[in-house]
Amino acid sequence: MKSAAPLSVRDLTVAYDRVPAVHHLTGSFAPGSLTAIVGPNGAGKSTLLKAIAGLVPLGEGRIEGANGNIAYLPQLAEIDRSFPITVIDAVSLGLWREVGLFRAITGAHVRRARAALAAVGLEGFENRQVGALSAGQLQRALFARLMLQDAGLILLDEPFAAVDERTSADLMQLVEGWHGEGRTVIAVLHDLERVRESFPDTLLMAREPVAWGATPDVLAPENLRRARYVSDAWGDAA
Amino acid sequence: MIYDMAIAPFVDYGFMRRALVACFALALGGGPIGTFLVLRRMSLMGDAMSHAILPGAAIGFLIAGLSLWTMSIGGLVAGLAVAFLAGLISRVTALREDASLAGFYLISLALGVLIVSTQGSNIDLLHVLFGTILSVTDDALILVASIATLSIVTLALIYRPLVIECFDPAFLRATTGGGTVWHFIFLVLVVVNLVAGFQALGTLMALGLMMLPAAAARFWAGAVWSLAALSTVLAFLSGFAGLLLSYNFNLPSGPSIILTAGLVYVASILLGTRDSVRTRYFPRAHFHD
Repeated sequence: MKSAAPLSVRDLTVAYDRVPAVHHLTGSFAPGSLTAIVGPNGAGKSTLLKAIAGLVPLGEGRIEGANGNIAYLPQLAEIDRSFPITVIDAVSLGLWREVGLFRAITGAHVRRARAALAAVGLEGFENRQVGALSAGQLQRALFARLMLQDAGLILLDEPFAAVDERTSADLMQLVEGWHGEGRTVIAVLHDLERVRESFPDTLLMAREPVAWGATPDVLAPENLRRARYVSDAWGDAA
Repeated sequence: MIYDMAIAPFVDYGFMRRALVACFALALGGGPIGTFLVLRRMSLMGDAMSHAILPGAAIGFLIAGLSLWTMSIGGLVAGLAVAFLAGLISRVTALREDASLAGFYLISLALGVLIVSTQGSNIDLLHVLFGTILSVTDDALILVASIATLSIVTLALIYRPLVIECFDPAFLRATTGGGTVWHFIFLVLVVVNLVAGFQALGTLMALGLMMLPAAAARFWAGAVWSLAALSTVLAFLSGFAGLLLSYNFNLPSGPSIILTAGLVYVASILLGTRDSVRTRYFPRAHFHD
């Protein structure tokens, strides 16, 4: 599963209406690394993920090694929850890369989809409508879809924002499993406690990178201050 | 008695048979397309495009009178132009798409009525606005049937990305790098089907046989394929019943068909098995486990 080259970002600037959201960012994510991106609101965290996923045009600089199979879970999924689709069908979208427009979904695919649902704790939900899922269950289903995408690089934008403690703990286990399988995982998070606990590497950014490296070093008080992380800025996130 | 009212008109009169076949073809194409229009919350878009067809058809009328082909081509071009322009304007300006669509369809309607009425009679205007399903020609039938065939085949080809784009557009963008092409193919299908419906039902009502059965189906069916199948059946039954109403009570055929579809829609809102008024106010007991 290890991709050969690291995912590297060189002097990257991404701007919306000329206002930079990511400003002169340089660094790299090692293959198989598990990195948290933290920073205040508006720090460009989501924009960086979108840039890596190829969803926003790059202003300056470049991103290397972000080719191949990338799975991206956006922050506010634009999912239409009233759309009439069953959970297993929604999860099977993760097979797009394998089945594309026309190829059949085989028995093996269905077994994998069922296994993925079981792995996220949604066994028996196969034929429920997506609209009947709670926010936490929907996030679990989206994680099952990520599993089917079988990507070498997984980008998660605030994956635990709308879910309860138990769900986020379960989902974090899946993330750690992916890390164990050698996939590169990059997640935007707000919960510093969880970052310290589970993420070996951290990128702290506030438009410009403040610190990037091993989590304990990056989340040193001095760096947090530099990112204008005064204690009250954490109020809403912690 | 039932034979006299429901079967005999079609046995006795060729124009009734042709009208019925036209309804069948319109239902086959419009049912699935209408389903996706409803699921994509594009009813207003459909409305705007059906009106946009009018000035195009009117220009076709100016050139060659009540000619099937020039009016169809004119309508097609105008409908596509408005669909494209509305999308473009909402992307390059701050005006939201619904506002630009409403603007376009008002302009189109006024322009179309103006063109037809300066050059033709009021009868011509009524033809263009409300269609002539009882005098559908063989050429028109072939056109409508070809469009139904084209629609079903194309929908089958783009079914997966279209469903994904409705359900989770961000996922489609992230995995395939685009959804615009599917959206555009779908828009073309909508316009083509409206042109087909315009032959039979007129520009003002063509959308009715697409939207009303599809909206009604929402209250009964719970999967995309069953929605499409059910709205096709409902559209055809509305056409069948509407034609009979029109024949037996000497009513104009287009409005009879659309009103029948409207009746089905209202009945579905009230009585449907999913999220209808009935299930909301008279729910069955919930499960206790």
